[in-house]
Amino acid sequence: MLTTALICLPLLGALSVFLLPGPRMWVGSLALFFSLAELALWVSSLIRFDFGSARIQFEQQHSWISDLGISYHVGLFGFSLWLVGLTVVVMTAAIAYGLWSGRERANAYYALMLLLLAAIVGVFTAQDLILFYVAYEAMMIPLYVLIGVWGGAGRLRATFKFVAYTMAGSLLMFATIVIYGLSHGFDLATAQQSGSVWLFLGFAAAFAVKAPLFPLHGWLADAYRESPPEVAALLSGVISKVAVFGFLRIALTQFPGPTHDLRSLMLALSAVGLVYGSLLAFRAPDIRGVVAYSSLAQMSLIGLGVFAQNELSLSGSVLQMVNHGLVSAALFLLAGVIELRTSTGALSRLGGMARGRPILASLIISIGVISLAVPGSNAFAGEFLILAGVFQQGWGWAIPGLVAMVLAAMYMLRLVSALLHREVGEAVTKKAPDVLLPELCVIGALLGCMLALSVWPAAISKHSFACLSQPPVTSAGISSQSKAQVGLACVPRAGSTTATTTGTAK
Amino acid sequence: MIRTPAIDWLTLAPSLALLAATIASLMAAVLVPERRRRNVSWFFCLAGYAGAFAAAAILFDRSPHSRGVIANALFRDRYGALAAMIVAGVGLLTTLVYYGERSTVDRVGERFALLASAGGGMILFAQSANLLTLFLGLEWLSISLYVLCALERERPEAIEAGFKYLIVGGFSSAILVFGAAFVYGATGTLNLAQIAGKAPSGDLFLITGLAMILVGFAFKASAAPFHTWTPDVYQGAATPVSGFMAGATKAVALLVALRVLSVSFSAQEHLWTSAAAALAVTSLVVGNLAALAQRDLKRMLAYSSISHAGFLLFAITAASSLGTRALLYYLIPYGAASVGVFALAALHERELGEPATLDNLAGFGWRRPLSGIALWIFMLSFAGFPLTGGFVGKVYLFAAAYRSGWTWLLIVGAVATLVSLGYYLAVVRAIYMRPEPGEKAAAKEEPPLLDRMLSTAVFAAVIVTVGSFFAVQPLIDLAKHAASQLPL
Repeated sequence: MLTTALICLPLLGALSVFLLPGPRMWVGSLALFFSLAELALWVSSLIRFDFGSARIQFEQQHSWISDLGISYHVGLFGFSLWLVGLTVVVMTAAIAYGLWSGRERANAYYALMLLLLAAIVGVFTAQDLILFYVAYEAMMIPLYVLIGVWGGAGRLRATFKFVAYTMAGSLLMFATIVIYGLSHGFDLATAQQSGSVWLFLGFAAAFAVKAPLFPLHGWLADAYRESPPEVAALLSGVISKVAVFGFLRIALTQFPGPTHDLRSLMLALSAVGLVYGSLLAFRAPDIRGVVAYSSLAQMSLIGLGVFAQNELSLSGSVLQMVNHGLVSAALFLLAGVIELRTSTGALSRLGGMARGRPILASLIISIGVISLAVPGSNAFAGEFLILAGVFQQGWGWAIPGLVAMVLAAMYMLRLVSALLHREVGEAVTKKAPDVLLPELCVIGALLGCMLALSVWPAAISKHSFACLSQPPVTSAGISSQSKAQVGLACVPRAGSTTATTTGTAK
Repeated sequence: MIRTPAIDWLTLAPSLALLAATIASLMAAVLVPERRRRNVSWFFCLAGYAGAFAAAAILFDRSPHSRGVIANALFRDRYGALAAMIVAGVGLLTTLVYYGERSTVDRVGERFALLASAGGGMILFAQSANLLTLFLGLEWLSISLYVLCALERERPEAIEAGFKYLIVGGFSSAILVFGAAFVYGATGTLNLAQIAGKAPSGDLFLITGLAMILVGFAFKASAAPFHTWTPDVYQGAATPVSGFMAGATKAVALLVALRVLSVSFSAQEHLWTSAAAALAVTSLVVGNLAALAQRDLKRMLAYSSISHAGFLLFAITAASSLGTRALLYYLIPYGAASVGVFALAALHERELGEPATLDNLAGFGWRRPLSGIALWIFMLSFAGFPLTGGFVGKVYLFAAAYRSGWTWLLIVGAVATLVSLGYYLAVVRAIYMRPEPGEKAAAKEEPPLLDRMLSTAVFAAVIVTVGSFFAVQPLIDLAKHAASQLPL
């Protein structure tokens, strides 16, 4: 029931926000209220969640398209709980930011944001392939309009690219799901594993576009540049995580054979994307370009962790997903804050903003420093776990990771200095104020989450794969091959009744 | 004394209800004073469709076993009854939309009479159990539609549409009846159930007849390459009539095609499944690519309906019980969305006084928020997006094609869906993302005219389109009962 409530509450919110007449502030406040209620609901599920158990929790199942064995089956487990949490937090921040910046056509805008929230939560909780696809596609409906209506000048081109890329991937996945579901079962908890490389590629292509991984990132820069800042925050913060979630939940767990066979390919694509994205971020001419390409690099790093497929790298990937979600959301909102004051994001026209704006400078520097994974930060913990895991897989794969960490420092420091230091840019006027209280609340809350995770990264990394936390983790004794098995067994797939045995069997 | 066959009135009831409505509307056109003529004719038509729907529902309930009635001229079964319900439902909504359609001359009585008559023909067509009643039903519905298209004879486009439809439709009927003659020559019977097994399965006459009958159906279903009449007719006919043709005619043509093929030509299954696959792929390619280039909304929807014929042909290609269920399921949200989208096109036309194009739709979604959302939903349903019944239908069709071994059709279908997004989302882009032309926005400040009938129809269509995504089980049961009566 709780999971269904998590999906239905935003839907209810969307409906009431759309139908409520009244001034913009009222409508936005109501939307914010609904997202806060969703946050409270998530916290209550977090409190009641049993991290020791590997079974699907708060599970609910109803027959839907009975003729084909498709059901409405939802539930939460380990890392999906954290990703739902990330979604709710970032969405609340995004709605609060939208409220502050006063979006036009408020009813439609907030209704679409809440619809998007419901769809993303649906993706993370769906335990049936068709339901997963429904939620996955349902995200596109509000996103298309959110970018296309409230976006920047080049928004139509950006939406076209975005739709063309992602739908090409996901329609291929649709055909794949039908084939896979009819031959292996639609229910993720009971579906048999498959050894077909083609089916694996059908899924992998869709997720690789959405993440994005290296050769399929053509839509990324336009979509991130032309969206409203809070939608860009959602795109890079949350929606890219949907793709990695798909890799973890479907591609890896249902296709162990093909994953193993194609591991080198996927690792190579991730490694190339990591270095390439970092280099592009280094020479991007505007704030959003830097954040967008750093996002590509970070997603590739997470991809490395996912495909290295051992306990360290998988836990690190989940932690890093949450970290990057918070960081990139905060950075995009900061980009929005700056663009609001200077009406440009071009680095050549900005600069010297630190003078007289201490809060802005503090926020940018602290988030930038977390983003480049300074030791002690949550991002450091995540990247360290990923690289340690990748190193076990093969030390050669860790080299691009190390290179990228240096590059990350370079592009992030370039961004910080281009914004804050040097001489005052032509677009920066004296009148442009420091970060105002509402903005500080929103971005500060995100920063607070990052700091909390910096203090206790194990909250996520040790609580994502239930069966990992149970036996004492002795990384020395187990070969990397069997550790891959450990990682996979932690994603519930043997049904809620038998899943507990996988944990104890190790 | 002549021996007459026993008459099963319940089987005839849906078409008789519409026939009665036709006569009543026509009488009203003569007898009722002019100012009340429209309301009275309209009411008879609406009552006819409502009665047909109710009769079909009762027939569905009371026909657990398929059998031939009235000297084996008609089938009394759930398959035909469900087809009649789809036709009557689409007709009911169309009648609501048609009420407010302006016309320069007073032919309102005739228009509702013809609409009811076309529906009656479709239902007889869907129930027919031999090639003669089949042809009778086909001609009944076609002639009504020819006249309905050309009814507004002041508009040259309407005359062109009616004329084109008449020529091409007559041609296709001729081919179909020619094919029936070949089949009769090969088997010595017109009865659908007796054709199977009467001639060796490789009989040249029988196969020629099969091919010609298939072509006749493809014309009516506007499957490529027999689609050439569709864009002009849909564009020229009165907009609600186009919606009726897209939602009902196509549905009936495909349902009857599947019935004839499965009942009479089961021995030639390998032939007609391959032919259906070829027609499906051609329709998807032609329909989708041509639709991309359209600016006129009705023309674009015409090409979209061709591409839908392609998707629906997946079900015939599958030639299985699952395929039949998929076809029946898909037609429900498809029919609702077709009427709905043409209703909104009609609304826009009445407001502007010119045909709806992607350019003059700019700002439509913001000017009329609820209609905009409805249009959005219909487009998503056509594109097979989740949260609309079109998605469930597409899952069904793809599953049926895969189960019968047509895996490559799934890839074609996925690519076709991707291309189709190009024009479906173009509508969404037009209504929300294009700025309204400044001077028009200023001029259009008059209070929007509210057409209750049309709004009701659109609302009902939205309910069916979205409802068939959530409340799947009742519709599956309907489709299951109906599909179990075909020998597949």
